[in-house]
Parts: sequence; structure tokens; C-alpha cells
Amino acid sequence: MIAEIGQLLLSLAFAASLVIGLQHLWGLRRVAAPGVDLAAANRILGTTAFLTFVLVAASFGLLATLFMGSDFSVLNVAENSNTLLPLQYKFAATWGSHEGSFLLWNLMLCGWTAAVALASNALAAGYRARVLTLLLVLQAFFLLFLLSSSNPFERLLPAVAEGRDLNPLLQDPFMVIHPPMLYMGYVGFAVAFAFAVAALMEGRLDPTWARWSRPWANAAWSFLTIGILLGSWWAYRELGWGGWWFWDPVENASLMPWLAGTALIHSLAVTDKRDALKSWTILLSLVAFALSLLGTFLVRSGVLTSVHAFATDPKRGIFILSMLMLIVGASLVLYALRTRDIGLGGRFGKVSRESFLLANNVLMSAALGAVMLGTLYPLFAEVLSGRKMSVGPPYFEAVFVPLLLPAAYLMAVAPNLRWKESTLPAVLRPMLLPTLAALLLATAAVLWLGPFKWLTVLGLTGALILAWGTADHARRQLAKLSTNGDSGSLGARAGKLGASYWGMVIAHLGVAAFVAGVSMVKSYEFERDLVMKPAETVQVGSNRITFIGVDQGSGPNYVTQHGVFELTEGEGKVIYLMEPQKRMYQAGRQVMTEAAIDYGMFRDVYVSLGEPVEPKPGEAASDQGWSVRIYVKPFMAWVWIACLMMAIGGGTTLFDRRYRLRRAAAPAADAASASSPAQA
Amino acid sequence: MGGRLRIILPLLVLIALAVVFVIGLQHDPRKLPSVLVDKPAPAFSLPALSEGQTVVTPDALKGKVWLMNVFASWCGACVAEHPLLLAIAAKNAVPLVGLAYKDEPADTREWLAQRGNPYTQIAIDRNGLVGIDYGVYGVPETFVIDGAGVIRYKQVGPVDEAFFTEHVAPLLAQEAH
Amino acid sequence: MATDVTSSDTAAAANGLPPGTDLVRLKDIASDLRCLVCQNQTIADSNAGLAVDLRNQVAKLMSQGKTDTEIKQYMVDRYGEFVLYDPPFSVSNALLWVGPFILVVAGVWITRRMIAARAQVPDVPELSEAQRAAVEARYRQGQ
Repeated sequence: MIAEIGQLLLSLAFAASLVIGLQHLWGLRRVAAPGVDLAAANRILGTTAFLTFVLVAASFGLLATLFMGSDFSVLNVAENSNTLLPLQYKFAATWGSHEGSFLLWNLMLCGWTAAVALASNALAAGYRARVLTLLLVLQAFFLLFLLSSSNPFERLLPAVAEGRDLNPLLQDPFMVIHPPMLYMGYVGFAVAFAFAVAALMEGRLDPTWARWSRPWANAAWSFLTIGILLGSWWAYRELGWGGWWFWDPVENASLMPWLAGTALIHSLAVTDKRDALKSWTILLSLVAFALSLLGTFLVRSGVLTSVHAFATDPKRGIFILSMLMLIVGASLVLYALRTRDIGLGGRFGKVSRESFLLANNVLMSAALGAVMLGTLYPLFAEVLSGRKMSVGPPYFEAVFVPLLLPAAYLMAVAPNLRWKESTLPAVLRPMLLPTLAALLLATAAVLWLGPFKWLTVLGLTGALILAWGTADHARRQLAKLSTNGDSGSLGARAGKLGASYWGMVIAHLGVAAFVAGVSMVKSYEFERDLVMKPAETVQVGSNRITFIGVDQGSGPNYVTQHGVFELTEGEGKVIYLMEPQKRMYQAGRQVMTEAAIDYGMFRDVYVSLGEPVEPKPGEAASDQGWSVRIYVKPFMAWVWIACLMMAIGGGTTLFDRRYRLRRAAAPAADAASASSPAQA
Repeated sequence: MGGRLRIILPLLVLIALAVVFVIGLQHDPRKLPSVLVDKPAPAFSLPALSEGQTVVTPDALKGKVWLMNVFASWCGACVAEHPLLLAIAAKNAVPLVGLAYKDEPADTREWLAQRGNPYTQIAIDRNGLVGIDYGVYGVPETFVIDGAGVIRYKQVGPVDEAFFTEHVAPLLAQEAH
Repeated sequence: MATDVTSSDTAAAANGLPPGTDLVRLKDIASDLRCLVCQNQTIADSNAGLAVDLRNQVAKLMSQGKTDTEIKQYMVDRYGEFVLYDPPFSVSNALLWVGPFILVVAGVWITRRMIAARAQVPDVPELSEAQRAAVEARYRQGQ
């Protein structure tokens, strides 16, 4: 009964989105939209947005109830859950499958639509109506796909007594929040998409379009950053061999919209401030969402092999592809037709903040192109010539680093450039000494740690100069405010600079930390593959690791070989008890390695338990050796902290006062225009 | 002109991608075609399963079309294809050599005793090294080798009904002339 | 009494490899080779049966004095170029390797054209907040 109600709710949401969406799409197709009562339309659209959100949320809640109650008469529950599964994972199993996670996707879309409906009352009426209409039409599309080919409420009759189990890889707290964050990001770009398409529909782009889009794009980008961070951190903890990024097609599928999103948020800044790069920003808004859809397609269609891919079904793939073609194709056609009307926008010189932000666009786009090329090349090769080839980490690392490392250097300089026109020598001269200092510092550090590695030096120099440039710029901005007679407290002056500015500072410092972290980890990580017997100890870096032993244990739905190691630093001070495990999950009889990690600011020590070695004749089983992998990863924590900083930076910009001035500005503007009619 | 290009380019890229994806969806990304087709079958010399130290080599089979089936007692799909192999053996048209891949001879014997033995000879590849030479990456796989000792086809996965008529019979017809 | 375990021979032996195997070089080579039965892993990382066999084979070839190139060629001869994660720089892979840099060059070229095109355009002054509000008000009136 619950399942049927869940399905009914989805159908109702679909019907509402479809009818209201198409009706208004038709009604608002002309720019002037004569005869349309915009106020009424907005009320209906807003109500529909809230209604569909409630319906889909309720449906999601019902599915979760089925999982938590272990109702195995529902196919999805039977395939992805188990009575022994701990309750929190039964809840997470709701989105552990293609069907369930796609329902989550739909829920996010309805959520963002409702949020837009809630927050955009101050938007111009016609524009708001178009944005909401487009979002409802998108909802209809995705709900149609969900209901027709991926119904999470499909029955399994006769019901089975016990379910298959949630994939043990997913039974981890990080896996629980990673998909919701990731989808918030992917789906969030739909809002920027809708804003852009609505603008194209109107055939004109007012200067405030960018300012409206910015908070939504920034929010989506921040969520996507967190989603990717969590996925990466989960891989690091769960997969047992210390890796955290594999350039796997599904990982690349999330990186591509992130790169487009990064270009987008910077391009929006230019359009917002200087009314320039309008056409580019619109295109990026379309491309970011298109890449989210492409990612969905790659993961769920089975066209590429990946550790991550959901159970594949080519029929589903064709459906998603058709949706992708329709949505993206229609928007690109509209772009082709209407982009001329948008106009060229402000002029800027070869050296200016605009041109540097444009350079950022170019580098992000090239990096995006490289990732796409590498991910899709095997498919192209196979389709065009029948040969099977692989593109893996060696390619991506060789190509990605030269493209993005220069961006770090450009970012250091960019805030110092004035809008419109700036001169390079004036900006570079103050950077000369610090750059030299950074280079020397980096070289000294590298030489102290081992043989000279020029790439590491370049990376560390870039990180240092970016951090210094960003911090120094902030210092000078604050100082400028006090010399201008604005001698308020530090807090007041900081407030004057705006949340948008501080968001940029935090995010850019995050990038510096990321570059430093990656440079250090990649250059200086090392591993030891050994066999250890109980009581044996090994010196790893400045730590000693003593193997205590392995005992058997059990958890709610698994049995485990529970290893115990002592980690000591210096002379005998035990700093950490490391307990890696090898778990066998009973339901599917899958073996999972849980690594033990001692996190540190400057290094992670990572211990992974392998296989026991056959005891030699005469040796007691309790004395048998175990193969153990120990990694030391310097500065690994910096990578996670850096991504968090980037996301926090993005989130901080949402608090900027400028985004909330809309309501106040409107009546003031009426007064202004009334008193100066000559300005028209 | 740069502007026009920018406008049309994304659409062109989209269409090109769509075409490739549609075609790509028809393929199975996990199936790996053999690179040894039309190359001579790698030579090997392995002990035979039957008692005694007789050795199995491809050289001894030159002059006629023969099949090599890679199998193991621990392989589930091998059970599925076994009846088809027995049927092929019953035709008595081609020698069917079995490669016991990474298996204990005792286990292999028991498995065959339970299900029937379609093989004219069985080579024991305990460590899988001959398998590597043949580019074996899963079990079962079946190779079709012609009279000159050249690999003409590799079936990845269990053989199906059409296997004999499509891939073996034409070669036999050629040999007859 | 704690004993110091530093012998990589023990590890090599534990993994079934010949003693004295250069584990670092083995890992380097194995990280460039793809595991054929897994869903996208290197044979260094994978624990599948075939991956272990292939690692052992690489170790054996190393002990026979083969170079990295020869070892990779050995794998390609048997499994095709699919097994290489580092696509060789060949005519058919040219687009792959050169593509990203073409994109950068194209980007720079487009950027220069954009800047030049704008030089012809009358300049748009930066709007103050009041002017922005006025523009938006006019925009709304046009609704």
C-alpha cells in the first residue's frame, strides 16, 4: 500500500509539473507575453513548485519508510537492503541504487525550484515566471524518466524473506552524505541554467541578471565541491590502498561540471560588475548543467566501465541520452538564435581584471576539455575504429597539471588588477620580490626533503605566492579603508569589504592549500609492503609501528579480522592505536578493507591489513604473519581542508548584502526614475 | 566569424557526442576482442590430465582445425556451456582440447566425471601462464585455430548455439577444399 | 623483544614474488597496466586473480632483465593496447595528447579577438548602485 501511494505521489507531482509547466511555457513563449496575467501566473507557478516539492518529499519519505521497515515486497528494498543492516544504512540504502538515487535527484530539483520560488519575489514578474516555468518543465522531464524506466516502488511478488544487502562499500557514513551533496550541486546548476534560458527567452539581458544568478551558481558550486570532497575522502578511507583520486570516468563526470562551474562563477563576477562577457556567461550556464546531465548519463547508462557505475541498462541509457539531447539541444539552439541580441558589453583592455578572469575561463575550459577528451576518447576510438584502448591516470596527470598550475599564478596577480584597464608592470613589480622569496623557500624545502624535483618546486611556489598574494591584497584593502578616514574597527572594515570578497579570499586560500597539499603528497608519499608477525615493529619515517595482533570480532552484519597496531612517535610514546579491519559482510559474502588512519596536520599514517601468511609447519596460528601495507602521506589533510575552504568560501559569498538589496532597491528605483525622466 | 563559430560549435559537439553515445550504447565496454586473431597460436607444452606424462602441444594438432576451450572446475559459466561442448564433441568434426586453467587436477577430474568429458585432450595450466600467453582474462573462453595453427576466432564467455555454425563450420568447409 | 622488519624480501616472498624484486619498479610498471577483469583498476591496486598473476609475470620479466618498454609490449602483445593506462603517443592517439593544448591555443586566440572586437565598441561606464536600480526599474516597466 505504501509503495503504491509513493508511486501515486510521484505521478501527481509529474502531472502538476507537466501541465503547469507546459501551459506557462506556451503562454510565455513570446517576449511581450500579451494577455498573460503575470501576477496570477507567478502565484500558480510558486504554488506548483511548493506542491511538487511536498509530493516528492513525501514520496521519498515513504520509500525511506519501506527501507527502514525492510519491506522486501518492494524490488528496490529487496535488492539493496537486508534485515541485519544497521538502521542508519537502511535509511541510506534509500538512495543506494539507481532508482532510489534518481528519486533523490528529483527531490533535490523540486527543492531548488521551491527555493527559487521562495527567494525570488523581488525578481521582475515576467522573468520570475519564465524561470519557474523552465524549472517545472525540467522537473516534468526527470519525473517522467523516473516513473517510466526507474520506478523505485516496483513490486517484487512474491516477496522474499531476506534482501540482498546494501553494497558494503556504501555502508560508510561518508557514502551516506556524499550523494545528497553531489546531487545538490549537479541539480543546483539547473537554477543557473533556468536563469540563463529565461534570459534568452526574453531576448534581452538586464544588468541584474548576473547578480541574480550569482548566489545560486555559487551555492551549487559549493555543494558540488563538498560532494566531490566527500567522495574522494571516502575512497581514501574505504578502498584500502591510500588512493583518493583515480580519474575514473564517474569521478571525471563530477569534475567536469565542477570545472565549468568554476569558470561560471568567475564569469558571472565579470558580467555582474562590468556587464561584459555576457554571451560567454550564458553559454557557461548552459554548459555547466549540460555537463551535470552528461555525468548522469555516463554513470547510469553503462556506456563506460567504472567502479562506480550503477547496474547498467542500455535502454535507460537511450532515454537519458534523449533527455540530454532535448534539453541541451533546445537551449543551445535558443542560444544560437538569441545570443546576438544580448550585446557585447563593456570594453576591457588586454591587461585588466576582466582579461585575467577570462584567462581563468580559458584554462578551466581547456582543463574541462582535456578531462572530457580523456574520458570519452576510448569510446570514440571504439566506435570509429573498433579498437579498444584505455586512458588512465598517467594521461590525466600529464595534461591536467600544466593546464591548472598556471591558474594558481594568475590568481595571485588577478585581485591586484583594476577593472577595465590596468598595466602589467604596475601589478607585477610588487609581486617580484615575494615570488622570488617563494621560489627560494620552495626550493629550500624540496632540497631539504630530498632530491630536487622541479614540478614540486613549481607547485609549492605557486601555492605560496597565491596564499601571499591573496592575504596581502586583503591586508591592503583593509588598510585602504582606514586611510580613507573610515577608521572603524577591524570588524567594521572587514564588513565593508563584503561577504563576496571574503568568500573569494577563503576560497583562493583553499586553492593555495590544495596545490601545496597535492604537491607534497604526490612528491613525498611512500608505502611499505611488509609481512609482520605479532610483536614485530617497523620504522616508518619518524614513527614506529608495532603489530600487536589480530583478533576476531563481529559487527551488526559482518565478521571481522580486527588488527591492532601501536603507533609511537619518537621514543616510546604511544600516540595512536591503529585498528585496521578486514570485514566479511555476511549477506553478500563480500570482503571489505577498513584502513586505519592516523590523521595529522603534516602527515597521515595509513595502515591496511592484507592477507594472513600461511603459518610454517610448527608455527602456531596465533604467530602467523600478516601482509600489511603502510603508507605515509605528507600533507594529505591539507587536500581535504583545502576543498572545505573552497566550499566555505563559496558559501560565504551568499551572505553578501548586494544580493539582498533587491526589494529595497525597487521602490527607490521607482522614485529615482520618477525624478529623472530625462535618463530614459 | 569567431562569434559564429562559438555559436554553432557547442551544437556540433553535442550532435557528435550523441551519435557516438548511441553507437557506444550498443557495445559492451567490458568485452575485450582478442588481439591474437590471425596470429599463430602461441606454442606451449603442458602435462596432460590423463595419467602418464603425455604432453599436449599445439604443434601436434597442425593440419586440421581444432578448438581450445579454457575452463575450470570453479567456473560457474562453464557449467552452462558444458552441454553445448558435449554436443560439439559428439559431432566428431573437430578435436576439442581443454585447458584446465588454474585448477587442481583432482578437482578437474571430479568435475568432468560429474558432467561428462567432451575433450579429446586436456592440458593442465596450473599457474595460468599459458592462459596469459593466449590473452585469457576470464573463464570460459574458446579459441578456434585453423590447420595452419593460426587463431581465427576467440569466443569470450560461454559458447552459444550459433558458435559452431558461425565460426567453425566455415573453416571446416575451407579445409575440405 | 621487538624485531625490526625492514626486509622487502619478506614482503616479496609473502606476495609470491622472487626474492630481491624491486618492489618500487614493480609498482611503477603495474600502475600503468590495466586490470582486465576489474572495473577500472590498475593491476597494482587490484586483488583479482588475474591481476596477481600479471604482477607476478611482470616481476618474472623484470628478473629476466627486460626493460619497462619490453614488459609493456609483452602485455600489449597478449591483451592489446587496452591494457595500457598511458596511451602511447601515436598517430591515432595524436588528438588525445595534443587536443588539450590546441584548446588552450584556441582559447587564447578567441580571447584576443574578443578584446580586439571590444576596442571598437563605445565604452560602457560602470554603473553605481543607484544607476543599476534605475536600469532595473526601467526593465520592469517594460514587462
